[in-house]
Amino acid sequence: MNAYFRSSDNLSKMSKLSVPELEKMSSQVRRDILRMVHGCKSGHPGGSLGCADFLTALYFNLMEHNTSFNMDGTQEDIFFLSNGHISPVFYSVLARSGYFPVSELKTFRRINSRLQGHPTTHEELPGVRIASGSLGQGVSVACGAALAKKLNKDNKLVYVLMGDGEIQEGQNWEAFMFAAHQKIDNLIVTIDFNGQQIDGSTKEVMGIGEDIKAKLEAFGWEILTMNGHDFQDILKVMGEAKAKTGQGKPVFVIMKSEMGYPVDFMMGSHKWHGVAPNDAELEKALAQLPETMGDY
Amino acid sequence: MKTFEIQNVKDTRSGFGAGLSELGKTNPNVVALCADLTGSLKMDAFQKEHPDRFFQVGIAEANMMGVAAGMTIGGKIPFTGTFANFSTGRVYDQIRQSIAYSGKNVKICASHAGVTLGEDGATHQILEDIGLMKMLPGMVVINPCDFNQTKAATIAIADYEGPVYLRFGRPAVPNFTPADQKFEIGKALLLNEGTDVSIFATGHLVWKAIEAGHKLAEQGISAEIINIHTIKPLDAEAVLKSVAKTGSAVSAEEHQMNGGLGDSISQLLARENPTPMEFVAVNDSFGESGTPDELMKKYGLEAENVVAAALKAISRKK
Repeated sequence: MNAYFRSSDNLSKMSKLSVPELEKMSSQVRRDILRMVHGCKSGHPGGSLGCADFLTALYFNLMEHNTSFNMDGTQEDIFFLSNGHISPVFYSVLARSGYFPVSELKTFRRINSRLQGHPTTHEELPGVRIASGSLGQGVSVACGAALAKKLNKDNKLVYVLMGDGEIQEGQNWEAFMFAAHQKIDNLIVTIDFNGQQIDGSTKEVMGIGEDIKAKLEAFGWEILTMNGHDFQDILKVMGEAKAKTGQGKPVFVIMKSEMGYPVDFMMGSHKWHGVAPNDAELEKALAQLPETMGDY
Repeated sequence: MKTFEIQNVKDTRSGFGAGLSELGKTNPNVVALCADLTGSLKMDAFQKEHPDRFFQVGIAEANMMGVAAGMTIGGKIPFTGTFANFSTGRVYDQIRQSIAYSGKNVKICASHAGVTLGEDGATHQILEDIGLMKMLPGMVVINPCDFNQTKAATIAIADYEGPVYLRFGRPAVPNFTPADQKFEIGKALLLNEGTDVSIFATGHLVWKAIEAGHKLAEQGISAEIINIHTIKPLDAEAVLKSVAKTGSAVSAEEHQMNGGLGDSISQLLARENPTPMEFVAVNDSFGESGTPDELMKKYGLEAENVVAAALKAISRKK
């Protein structure tokens, strides 16, 4: 089933998926997420489901990347997941892209697995370039990788996904300042703006402000906003984001999303941030997500 | 007791600056990052000679560690520079996750370690950094003893693939090791052969150990003096070989006793060859303001402390 996506070891030559194809793929990615988390009775389904469309669009349309993985990522777009707890969506998208066998998803969070609870380079899982999980470090790492690309005269891009609760970590603001000061304009940071974190809504826990746009603008970034559950909008806005690279400013995309989307009983609260569904809940959730590419 | 000629008196941080400048000329992948302490770290030569490969990150050490980790992706060899306190304790989780656990080829270069930072006081005088860094799996920990050795170590670590913590200091100290030395990571250096006690010293305490060796010789005691510039990986063979001959040991370092060089050596001896051992180190205390000399004296890090420790270790032999 996945041969189509692995037909070449160079994905940059692979045809980009259309919106209907992306929709099919993200449905399968969401099934993977739920089954992985259910399988090990732990993990973070809420944010993973909420970011499934974005990461599917990134890996199956937006990025030029090479599934015959090499750490340096020379002459290809590279991605860093800063909010490492949404590893299920990252692993599913990497496997479905052809970085490693889809069957390996069943080892998630189990002993002797390359698919650790939070992503790591330590087990040499293809597609992962940095460990993440302790929050707030991904933007800094991406700044470094983007500077290395500039030094190497490599004009490909560096992408990062971070959580909105994660922006409470001070290191992010060091990195935001640095990226603007250094004019790191080959960098696109997307924030998963779902308004939820472990202890409640971001408003209740630590107001990050309705004006995240104004904050980042004041730090000297280009800001765009998109709907994280509309492939048309994701492709359009990320296209605009790409067009804004190379102009002296780092680019920040505020992605409005819903934790748990589109599973009806998982949306609208922080309850499913880090809880696995039981057998009945899994069944109920999977019934809402068509199996399109074959379950692992 | 062998005599060592003092070529000049220089700070080890200048050895780092000289080594970095040389690397700039010989290795195009070497990049340098500094958190607003370019002058203190003696990184100005590299900055001037290679502005395109020098990155001022401001007073933001956490970001500096992350940026350095990211720059390795793309084949760069980043050297970060700030005080030892801000190179370790302040950014421990960033180093742990983004550098050590991620296996990134970052060289964490740390100046002003220990009490010899002096007048700024305990807020800046980290005495826990060796312990913090040696506990991280895969981290190499190096603490050279003088200008020449720090320069050689700086150059050598660029050729080693993996994370390294390079610790050096602020004050001018005797520069006595060869200018043309080749630095070998993990290889202890036998400075003086002896038969009564093994003195294992690192960093600024190496010269103090040599001074102690002369004082001991005056009392008819033959001290074997070994420069342990690499605390991790420890040269176990050299340590065991020496104590097998002398039967007693002393460690000497400008660091807390807990977690330092002595701690590593005593673990090794406990496992392989239990030996009477004494520790010259700071004993569960913060530092304070003062001149480097006053502080070394007050915190028991002088040659006379090494002598006393050696005598005690010898007296405990069965």
